[in-house]
Amino acid sequence: ILNLSFIFFLLTGGSLTKLAYYSTVQHKVARVRSFDHSGKDIENEPLYEISVQEEITARLHFIKFENTYIETCLDFIKDHLVNTETKVIKATGGGAYKFKDLIEKKLGLKVDKEDVMTCLIKGCNFVLRNIPHEVFAYQKDSDTEFRFQTNHPNIFPYLLVNIGSGVSIVKVETEDKFEWIGGSSIGGGTFWGLGALLTKTKKFDELLQLASKGQHTNVDMLVKDVYGGAYQTLGLSGNLIASSFGKSTTADKDFSLEKQSSPKAHLMVVTGRLIPALLQFYRIDDTFFFFFSPHLRTIQLQCFILWQGEVQALFLRHEGYLGAIGAFLKGAEQDNPNQYSWGENYAGSSGLMSTSPDVYPMQRTRSGTFDMLEMDRLERPLVNLPLLKDPSTYIPDTVDLTDDAMARKYWLTCFEEALDGVAKRAAASQPDSIDALQRAEKFRQKYWNKLQTLRQQPFAYGTLTVRSLLDTREHCLNEFNFPDPYSKVKQKENGIALKCFQSVIESLDSLGWEERQFALVKGLLAGNVFDWGAKAVSDPEYVGFLLQEGPPHKCALIFADNSGIDIILGVFPFVRELLSRGTEVILACNSGPALNDVTYSESLIVTERIAAMDPVIQSALREEKLLLVQTGSSSPCLDLSRLDKGLAVLVRERKTDLVIIEGMGRAIHTNYYAALKCESLKLAVIKNSWLADRLGGKIFSVIFKYEVPCK
Amino acid sequence: NEQINGPAFFFPWFGLDIGGTLVKLVYFEPKDITAEEEEEEVENLKSIRKYLTSNVAYGSTGIRDVHLELKDLTLCGRKGNLHFIRFPTHDMPAFIQMGSEKHFSSLHTTLCATGGGAYKFEQDFRTMGDLQLCKLDELDCLIKGVLYIDSVGFNGHSECYYFENPTDAERCQKLPFNLENPYPLLLVNIGSGVSILAVYSKENYKRVTGTSLGGGTFFGLCCLLTGCSTFEEALEMASHGDSTKVDKLVRDIYGGDYERFGLPGWAVASSFGNMMSKEKRESVSKEDLAKATLITITNNIGSIARMCALNENINRVVFVGNFLRINTISMRLLAYALDYWSKGQLKALFLEHEGYFGAVGALLELLDSA
Repeated sequence: ILNLSFIFFLLTGGSLTKLAYYSTVQHKVARVRSFDHSGKDIENEPLYEISVQEEITARLHFIKFENTYIETCLDFIKDHLVNTETKVIKATGGGAYKFKDLIEKKLGLKVDKEDVMTCLIKGCNFVLRNIPHEVFAYQKDSDTEFRFQTNHPNIFPYLLVNIGSGVSIVKVETEDKFEWIGGSSIGGGTFWGLGALLTKTKKFDELLQLASKGQHTNVDMLVKDVYGGAYQTLGLSGNLIASSFGKSTTADKDFSLEKQSSPKAHLMVVTGRLIPALLQFYRIDDTFFFFFSPHLRTIQLQCFILWQGEVQALFLRHEGYLGAIGAFLKGAEQDNPNQYSWGENYAGSSGLMSTSPDVYPMQRTRSGTFDMLEMDRLERPLVNLPLLKDPSTYIPDTVDLTDDAMARKYWLTCFEEALDGVAKRAAASQPDSIDALQRAEKFRQKYWNKLQTLRQQPFAYGTLTVRSLLDTREHCLNEFNFPDPYSKVKQKENGIALKCFQSVIESLDSLGWEERQFALVKGLLAGNVFDWGAKAVSDPEYVGFLLQEGPPHKCALIFADNSGIDIILGVFPFVRELLSRGTEVILACNSGPALNDVTYSESLIVTERIAAMDPVIQSALREEKLLLVQTGSSSPCLDLSRLDKGLAVLVRERKTDLVIIEGMGRAIHTNYYAALKCESLKLAVIKNSWLADRLGGKIFSVIFKYEVPCK
Repeated sequence: NEQINGPAFFFPWFGLDIGGTLVKLVYFEPKDITAEEEEEEVENLKSIRKYLTSNVAYGSTGIRDVHLELKDLTLCGRKGNLHFIRFPTHDMPAFIQMGSEKHFSSLHTTLCATGGGAYKFEQDFRTMGDLQLCKLDELDCLIKGVLYIDSVGFNGHSECYYFENPTDAERCQKLPFNLENPYPLLLVNIGSGVSILAVYSKENYKRVTGTSLGGGTFFGLCCLLTGCSTFEEALEMASHGDSTKVDKLVRDIYGGDYERFGLPGWAVASSFGNMMSKEKRESVSKEDLAKATLITITNNIGSIARMCALNENINRVVFVGNFLRINTISMRLLAYALDYWSKGQLKALFLEHEGYFGAVGALLELLDSA
């Protein structure tokens, strides 16, 4: 529920207006609170209290629409502009001049113009830092149209090629240092202007549609038209354009572009020639980002392949928003949005469209005029896990579903089939709410639509992964006020498991050392049926870890998975063993709810209750040898490059030398191949027969991956 | 005479450059023919010589550029005049047909040809005209031709020239330029498309880049936008138009200069950018559109040439190609733009025989091959 927007900024470009505003969104969150038991442990009383509270989070909205809707947009802003302290509105782009009077009159605010390139660059830096999978390369003749890149920790230097009405090429060296190094007047405006003159089509989107259907070889003179084939001395392919529009003179009679010939590709070839020349001159050889105006992407994609061999051309998923983001950041400097981390809200963002015109024509048209991006401000800044071996090459996800069509099909179907159940559970989790059923249905619809979009355009939100599918589902649930559908289940299971804790500890303590190690690992995998016959179990390294008799680790970082038996009867006895060997333990749980994963606040209560029963845990807590931290995430998976800063600081301070990652989401869907600087243990039970098959095992096989970094 | 015994030295001496739009033909007319030779000269050779030299137009589209004719040239010990003839590439079949009718193949000569058409029409020459073409690389020929023509001069005048005060209609002057030490040189050949070469010596050159937005684009777009049918007509229209009605300038967007990046208000920000608006589309004339097309293509070539010159560290840029024929607007704009954007570091140079250097090079190859 969008309540109020109190700062906002406009970018008005040549043909499209992008609006960025900052709003506070009120939504429901699940909270847990410990009861005051004051010593009396009453049977059947729940372990803790669950309440749903209203919470306010900051959200950045970016909307893109055609200039013709500007008045409607201003009305919208006026209606939602609650904060009367706002006196100034930041605007950038050509339209900032054009619409200045209109905006000032309508809103009664002063328009403050910002330099457009400065804004673009600020915006570009922002998305590069905050949106994973922002950058992609285009592959023309490949099954996967787009190849996404992991964000490099150091984004500078890069070359920004901005194709708006014209073309500007800027070299960006640091946050504040950049220079204009060239440009061309032949850009989007030329395409539109010429297109409108040459065809009966006058609207940009329709021109693009027309262009994508047209055959430019009817108009352009190709090398083969001149040479009869390739120009071999120079190695120029016969399909290269020798002279744009060169054929329209000789094809004398009745030559009409209405016959779907398009003026598209050649217009942009100019840029294709300029850029390599510039690159050579400026000797930039690190990373380049070619930022293209959204609607022209199709065109760029086709032209840049002409020189793709020489440099790597990269595109940005949110290229159309950079100016608006930058203007916003400039205006919000006192709030310093750069000090926070932001996350893309998959529920509220429309995705990237295919360049293929036949895919989802309806959506394409819609997104041409209206398109949005939402980013939630995260409570705390996110950083890399300091123990990552190479942060610049770390990829959290194990399988790239954009690449792997088989896997994609399987998982999309899997999520589709599970959807009814999820919606039912969501509705059931709020039995007292009158509209729970309705909201659950809305959720179902929304997620279903997202899944269908992803079937058509797997790359819509970056690389498609099991993680992104899970995260999108969580975002959609939140959108319809189902902050934690599993809260009651978790509460119940935690209560039951706590009751068994002491007997489990007693039986473990009665075992011999070696037996106990096996039992502990079994316990870690508890709650799941598992197959000890699995291949990984007899791995010598595995045994090596269990029977290790060398010096204990200094500090272990454990990423916990589920509530209930998993954390209480699996993780805690293991933690206890580590502690008694003199190893400190950092126990990391999710900041927000996801499925039945244990949250940080739940872990606090559970730990407190265990401490009351167990002196080892109690003293460890007191002496700060057992530390509870939050991951900064609300995902069932784990991205080690976006973790809570507090966690990272602690990991460094305590000289952590062992990382334990537990569960399918964190150790298999993600991080299966993650390389760390220290010893690591990844364990999970495969609860999915298809995946088990893929990994060469059976369902309920155990993954137990113990890795020692090579010296 | 030993000299004229080689097969290459049988007349006629032709050099042919078959481009995407135009065919350029240079013909050496010997003026020192002895009576003995005259007698021996076969009938069809005589008829070719007479036909070419006594006409200034051939068929409906062939034209001899009389003003470019080089008089009293000495080539391989022979004195004569060099003629420059052009016709559209789409009339190539008619040309081959004519060659066949005039029994060109019976003459003991080789036809040296360059340009893409040398490859494209090779088969037609063989089957229709019974002629074996000697195919030559167009860039080799181009450079050879440029260096040669510049060295012999233009009937006592300088072949190479530049513009002083190019934007000032009153003070603009075309002045001779001495290209005695030509290297290094950036050679921008604007035909249907554009090739840019960095030339370091007679033998050492490379193609730096090119663009498909060239003369063909100007003419093609003009045809579509204005309905004109000849290059001359397109240029004539352009000379009466105002491109600022069509193009979006920096000042149209920023109200003045874009100071943050040092862009002047008069610079074009978006070619044809004003044509996005319906009102403006309705208020422009065909002349304005023709001018805008010309300015767009010219500016683009200028900016690519400037980048190449910077990259290669060359400060003399020679523009050639038939796009520049009777096209002072483009030449003056190139001269100005190069000077302005390079802050006076780069100089735009032009050659009188604009588009004929490839054909000249082909002719020279013929003579060298003997």
